[in-house]
Amino acid sequence: MKFKPLEILTHIILILGVLLMVLPIWFSFATSTHDNVSIMTEGMKFFLGESFTYNYNEVLNEKGGWSEEVTAARMFVNSFIMALGIATLKVIISAMSAYALVYFRFKLAVPIFWLIFITLLVPLEVRIFPSYKIVSDLGLTNTYTGLILPLVASATATFFFRQFYKTIPDELLESAKLDGANSWRFFIDFLLPLSKTMLAAMFIFMFVYGYSQYLWPLIMTTDEKYWTVVMGMKIIFTENYEGVALPRTGERFAYIILSMLPPVLVVVILQRWFIKGLIQTEK
Amino acid sequence: MSFLELQNITKIYPNGTKAVNETSLNIENGEFVVFVGPSGCGKSTLLRMIAGLEDITNGEISLDGNVINNIDPSERDVAMVFQNYALYPHMSVFNNMAYGLKNRGISKEEINNKVNDVAKLLEIDQLLTRKPSMLSGGQRQRVAMGRAIVRNPKIFLFDEPLSNLDAKLRNQMRLEIKRLQRQMGVTSIFVTHDQTEAMTLGDRIVVINNGVVEQVGTPKEIYSKPNTKFVAEFIGSPQMNLFNCKIENGIAHIADIKINLNNSKNIEDASLGIRPDDILISDNGQHTCVANLVEYLGSDMIIYSKIGDQEFSCKLSSKINLNSGDTFKFDISYTLVHLFDNTSGSRV
Repeated sequence: MKFKPLEILTHIILILGVLLMVLPIWFSFATSTHDNVSIMTEGMKFFLGESFTYNYNEVLNEKGGWSEEVTAARMFVNSFIMALGIATLKVIISAMSAYALVYFRFKLAVPIFWLIFITLLVPLEVRIFPSYKIVSDLGLTNTYTGLILPLVASATATFFFRQFYKTIPDELLESAKLDGANSWRFFIDFLLPLSKTMLAAMFIFMFVYGYSQYLWPLIMTTDEKYWTVVMGMKIIFTENYEGVALPRTGERFAYIILSMLPPVLVVVILQRWFIKGLIQTEK
Repeated sequence: MSFLELQNITKIYPNGTKAVNETSLNIENGEFVVFVGPSGCGKSTLLRMIAGLEDITNGEISLDGNVINNIDPSERDVAMVFQNYALYPHMSVFNNMAYGLKNRGISKEEINNKVNDVAKLLEIDQLLTRKPSMLSGGQRQRVAMGRAIVRNPKIFLFDEPLSNLDAKLRNQMRLEIKRLQRQMGVTSIFVTHDQTEAMTLGDRIVVINNGVVEQVGTPKEIYSKPNTKFVAEFIGSPQMNLFNCKIENGIAHIADIKINLNNSKNIEDASLGIRPDDILISDNGQHTCVANLVEYLGSDMIIYSKIGDQEFSCKLSSKINLNSGDTFKFDISYTLVHLFDNTSGSRV
């Protein structure tokens, strides 16, 4: 097989792109398998070392934080609960509100939709103090509910679901009506199965969004039991080592690698659905 | 009391368009009625009001003795076949047909039996596990029919179900629909803009124009005795010739041609209609014209000609030897003409 010059060029660009994405991760992983002394003296590593089990074991089980109450494993659980809760509720709520906006022709549907849309301009960071005030007045600080609830509304997802529902032909709804489907059944039996792809895609995006939240959990949680992975990245393995101790670079890299796993897993598991839906249109 | 009664039905859309105007109609049990008219005439709206998919602005619809104006579509016991079939894309053929039954809480076993019976009847029993996207147009059409039949409704409503099929399949499905309807004896309403479908399918035809019923009758009545100029033009192919003329004492004057109508009518502004195949062409005809164009259709041919400045066409057997530019002689018999008053548009 002969390559044309243009093809060779495009391939080189693609390969460079891949390297650009993969190398930093590989460096982090390789470095996370070395002990702190060699990292300190020799810098970042390209080849694997021998401290893999030690470092990863340390990361998962050592108690950290100021009061030494929380382990990284615990933070992973917290992050997972938070991301799962946010993603699930975001998808459910925005699918349902889009359903209301598209199929129930009430008077103010359009203004309401734009009102929801405008909230895109007001991210959590902008409204962080009012949000904190409300959550703390409700006594929800240091709870999972408090971590999840203020983040479950999503204008983006509502918008995407709305656009998708608008492409579903009216005849389908009419036919379902004649077949005796009420509004609830139409949602469950028709819209949800038809938007499987959308659901998977939205779930992926929202999971990653929830997982990577930093500011909100930082403000919300004073109890270390509720710390999340992303917060921990700043905090863990940095304290208690003043002066003479070596920075625990190996463990920190191990921690970073581990923190990437859950979102990667979610993408890998759901992408099959996602891609399948993209290829075979069911309409 | 008729099986389905429409009384003074009016539909005005929120934007003020009057789609259906004061329409009344009675349909008997087991009848096959076709609504026919040009697009936008309100025939589909009327059907959708019977189905319950559109609100009724004014008037009353009763089915089997009960007023159904405010009854939910699912409880009216009607089944509808849509133009685009509206099959449920994510469900197998079996589930497409079973869905309505499931919602009525019918037992699984009974659903199985019913669906299988109907599938056999329509010869789609091999396709029950397939998804609609894997079916051809004709098969989808059958599934859509199956979905309607399996529910055993009081009325079938067909909303231009054949318009997405190619010509050959359309003829085949048309026959099949007719056969199935005869076999099951279920009252059916069929909406179409195609007059061939209307003529071949209907026990009775309802011709609708601009939201008003122009004429109701058997295909024969509609064809042989159109009530209005609109019906005369709309039904029949090629279209009926309509000559603007002045009638004086029973004689119609079309340009320089005079036709004796054998009556003593006087109409200032009238239309004289005659079907292209009712124009009698013979060597000893009274009138002479030039064939401007001859269209050869196999067994028939169509001749386009003019009387004065009014165009007309005649249809005759292609065995006659006549070419473009030839002259021909013809007669118009008063027994075969249709007369309409141009001011009212109705038959006189």
